[in-house]
Amino acid sequence: MALNGLQVDDGIVDEEDETPSKLPRCNKEMPGPFGSDHQNEAAAAAGRAASERRTSNPSARHRKDSVKKTRPPFPWFGMDIGGTLVKLVYFEPKDITAEEEQEEVENLKSIRRYLTSNTAYGTTGIRDVHLELQDLTLCGRTGNLHFIRFPTHDLPAFLQMGRDKHFSSLHTALCATGGGAYKFESDFLTMADLELHKLDELDCLVRGVLYIDSVMSGGPLECYYFENPTDPDHCAQKPYPLENPYPLLLVNIGSGVSILAVYSENNYKRVTGTSLGGGTFLGLCCLLTGCSTFEEALEMASQGESTRVDKLVRDIYGGDYERFGLPGWAVASSFGNMMSKEKRESVSKEDLARATLVTITNNIGSITRMCALNENIERVVFVGNFLRVNTLSMKLLAYAMDYWSKGQLKALFLRHEGYFGAVGALLELLHPS
Amino acid sequence: MAECGGVDSNTTSHTMDKSITLPPDEIFRNLENAKRFAIDIGGSLTKLAYYSTVQHKVAKVRSFDHSAKEAASDKLYEIAVQEEVTARLHFIKFENAYIETCLDFIKDHLVNTETKVIKATGGGAHKFKELIEKKLGLKVDKEDEMTCLIKGCNFVLKNIPHEAFVYARHADSEFRFQTTNPDIFPYLLVNIGSGVSIVKVQSEDKFERIGGSSIGGGTFWGLGALLTKTKRFDELLQLASKGQHSSVDMLVKDIYGGSYACLGLTGDLIASSFGKSATADKEFSKEDMAKSLLHMISNDIGQLACLYAKLHNLSRVYFGGFFIRGHPVTMHTITYSINFFTKGEVQALFLRHEGYLGAIGAFLKGAEEDNPNQYSWGENYAGSSGLMSVSPDMNPMQRARSGTFDMLEMDRLERQLVNLPLLQDPSSYIPDTVDLTEDAQAREYWLYCFEEALDGVVKRAVASQPDIPGAAERAEKFRQKYRHKLQTLRHQPFAYGSLTVRSLLDTREHCLNEFNFPDPYSKIKERENDVALKYYQKAVKSLEALSWEDRQFALVRGVLAGNVFDWGAKAVSEVLESNPEFGFEEAKRRLEERPWLVDSFDQWLERLKGPPHRCALFFVDNSGVDIILGVMPFVRELLSRGTEVVLASNSAPALNDVTNSELQILTERIAAMDPVIESALREDRLTLVQSGSSSPCLDLSRLDKVLAMVARERQADLVIIEGMGRAIHTNYYAMLSCESLKMAVIKNSWLADRLGGKLFSVVFKYEVPVGKPH
Repeated sequence: MALNGLQVDDGIVDEEDETPSKLPRCNKEMPGPFGSDHQNEAAAAAGRAASERRTSNPSARHRKDSVKKTRPPFPWFGMDIGGTLVKLVYFEPKDITAEEEQEEVENLKSIRRYLTSNTAYGTTGIRDVHLELQDLTLCGRTGNLHFIRFPTHDLPAFLQMGRDKHFSSLHTALCATGGGAYKFESDFLTMADLELHKLDELDCLVRGVLYIDSVMSGGPLECYYFENPTDPDHCAQKPYPLENPYPLLLVNIGSGVSILAVYSENNYKRVTGTSLGGGTFLGLCCLLTGCSTFEEALEMASQGESTRVDKLVRDIYGGDYERFGLPGWAVASSFGNMMSKEKRESVSKEDLARATLVTITNNIGSITRMCALNENIERVVFVGNFLRVNTLSMKLLAYAMDYWSKGQLKALFLRHEGYFGAVGALLELLHPS
Repeated sequence: MAECGGVDSNTTSHTMDKSITLPPDEIFRNLENAKRFAIDIGGSLTKLAYYSTVQHKVAKVRSFDHSAKEAASDKLYEIAVQEEVTARLHFIKFENAYIETCLDFIKDHLVNTETKVIKATGGGAHKFKELIEKKLGLKVDKEDEMTCLIKGCNFVLKNIPHEAFVYARHADSEFRFQTTNPDIFPYLLVNIGSGVSIVKVQSEDKFERIGGSSIGGGTFWGLGALLTKTKRFDELLQLASKGQHSSVDMLVKDIYGGSYACLGLTGDLIASSFGKSATADKEFSKEDMAKSLLHMISNDIGQLACLYAKLHNLSRVYFGGFFIRGHPVTMHTITYSINFFTKGEVQALFLRHEGYLGAIGAFLKGAEEDNPNQYSWGENYAGSSGLMSVSPDMNPMQRARSGTFDMLEMDRLERQLVNLPLLQDPSSYIPDTVDLTEDAQAREYWLYCFEEALDGVVKRAVASQPDIPGAAERAEKFRQKYRHKLQTLRHQPFAYGSLTVRSLLDTREHCLNEFNFPDPYSKIKERENDVALKYYQKAVKSLEALSWEDRQFALVRGVLAGNVFDWGAKAVSEVLESNPEFGFEEAKRRLEERPWLVDSFDQWLERLKGPPHRCALFFVDNSGVDIILGVMPFVRELLSRGTEVVLASNSAPALNDVTNSELQILTERIAAMDPVIESALREDRLTLVQSGSSSPCLDLSRLDKVLAMVARERQADLVIIEGMGRAIHTNYYAMLSCESLKMAVIKNSWLADRLGGKLFSVVFKYEVPVGKPH
């Protein structure tokens, strides 16, 4: 990832040098970054209220034209609005000069203070302090990168806050990705007078993963794996240098799952996806156990026993099904024991939560393994917020990949699990691709 | 995993009614001679298989000893009805609740005591082991479930035409049957029991479980029971069919507000199954949750199946297991999933007899010493229930799925059946011209037509057995059985695969045989043969008087006019019955004048001016005037040109079609009058073979192996197909790799209308394959 910290001060637009908005495979109706308010491009994005609105705002137009080759004004945000969670990364500059401090408007200060002095926002917003990246140089500025999340259904409260803090007066471009960038675009506009710069989620994801991995080379490694995944006593987390990462299979487990084959920084494809993802785990757990949060569901799962719920190979064959090389401990039918009334009555909520976790995780593992075989890729990186504080699933995935591929496949994990889309969005703000 | 084993009995026991009395003439037939039992006990249904022999009356003709020159014998040949023993496979499917009753029944009726062992498979086999051993006194011998499944699958794919189908819920006909590809391997079998097993089958004995999934029918059932408090699998499916999954699932549009266009993901696509139940704090209806669960599981299985199919480069994927078994809801969701994940490149295939695969396989394992695979087998339409209802909601009366006894009977065919080697593309060959499953108007007509003709058939059946007791009663039973079949087919045209005129005719023959009317036309055929033989020499003489060119035309007209004599056609049988003197000349006068409806006579004549054909394979039609005064002179001319002739006729009777044994006698009689025929017979230039069929129609993909061999050895370069049943109802569009001639007179005004002609219009279709100038 080329980091260009160069700043052009005069703001003269160089038409020749203008980078067209390039959103691989996905430039249909997305206005290009910072250059999309020409009449013709607005027409290309015809029918979109936001684009029309933008062209009718001459001052904004001027500002954006001139900013093309420059560093964008603060604040710097990247946002990923998913089906369940909103992920927000915020760059806090630490090299603010006195002069800058003088000029800085009060709103900006207030936002910075609010975000950096708290670790929780309202009842559901959380800053993952342990993920914070300090002394990071971005676009020639040094500062800390903060990672914040809150449930998507609390987005209205977030917008209300943006309105209260007059976020729109900062005239910043808000780069957002994830489906919510599209779904809530008009809400941003009407509720907070904010214009979203919408980005493709997979582009952002890939960009974010590659970036974070590259900047983490100094400190604790971003990427890790589980050593001895098939041996519970010796299974340990080990750093993995992702120096020459390609090709890699990138499995993003959010509410649903997307599986990408990444061949280079700019060359990737979505292989497939499945609707059985984190949302399914939480959704089923809520229905089966009455829990209401992911943490609660995980806590229950950690205390349960899935073998009371699932029917194993040995439950049918008394042992291994040798003819087909199936070990007795393998699950023959997820929730298969629940066909029986007595067994339904004898399982605990914890057992059900555990079985749900195991079912969803193993299924993702099995689809991933098939994709890896079909795409002929041996390295698999699992990301997404389903894996947050979910060592159970990570170990299961590590185990499944290793066991069923007879050691051919390696499951890798990244510390910043669910934030890569948001990071990618921030990068787009700083360095439009 | 294939099993649905160990399923708790509570799920079915509440419907248990052990005091049922079994209708013995309907199920467990021919138990007296039964041997080689096999049983497949699943989670809720038991499938029993046994081999039995059936005593059947068959019509035989026997030549009188003419050397004795008994002047008293004014008959052409002797018609005898003999008892013949044929082999039949019986398969019966019933609810586990009836096992005990059924075992008792078998015990009471089993005469054969040679049987010592019963082959068993299925998850429930161990549970009932003791009961079976105690009741039947047989040793239970367990066979591997997957091996049985695959064996059964191979067997039905090879032996039952239209076994596999594609399911299309909203199409005119929900089932689109696949043409039988002679090469069934390799294929993928996805068996959805409580778990999923994905098996790659490469040959009869070579298969491999390449993968599977724990998310299967057991997951739907178990998780569904937890979520909805509904205990029964069928009820869960019922719930699912009424639900709206979008209130539980998070769709792409719930995240995006619309579609995720650049990835081609539409807004209605499920992004996260059960995703809404994680975010919304509300109650969800049982129906909606069941539907969401059904989609989740079907999509997941479909996706995995596609990934495996792709990895192993397989395009034929069959689905089975209790999750699928006859459930339109799951067939639909699996089909949808496969279409979605392969973008239509792979079709989900289902099997008509999917529920029987395990039992068939277990039976075959036990019958290996009889070498069942060296024979060809045919589905007996009279004894088989056929594919039952589709939508329980639409036809509630006929689908009390539970408590139904479903049957499959397969006859061992006397001859091994193979493809005609002269088919241009065996894998795309479809014998039937009109698929009545898809053509509602045609179906309506033909069902009506066969029902109308039923009285006449019954009358003739009785008349054919004046001296045999009980003929009237049996004929009445035949009437009821066939009428019932017709009614079933009216509602379920897909019951035996694609409904066609051929299948309607074959079903009638099967029903007639069932009630011991092997040949209702025997006497009529004999009389006609006798009369026609008397005119043979005169006919030949008058043809010889003609110039070459006139003779060629007269020969063709002769075949066509002869073909008017057809008791199978209603219009003609009426005329024949009212006026037995309706003669050959009269028939010629009735023929359409040239140009005929389909007329390539000029090309044919042109061809005849060229070098003679090496060998003509002639599929003949009716007895009497047709074969003797129409076909034989035509054959005689071919022989005179130096062309060898192979006459292919039916192995067993159907309507008034000439059978192989009748034709033997007739040919001898003609040879005695005609030196041309005589020398041809002697020099083996004229050969009689049997087709292997007993149908008035012709399936060129199921012909006697000997016929195929002869055609190959003689290097046949001309195939002649005669008659409405063989050249119009079937094979009208058949493409052959050599020259072909299809000749028929349309003796049905509806069909004539359809083809743009009128009654007695002529089809004379001479074809030369593209790129092959004779």
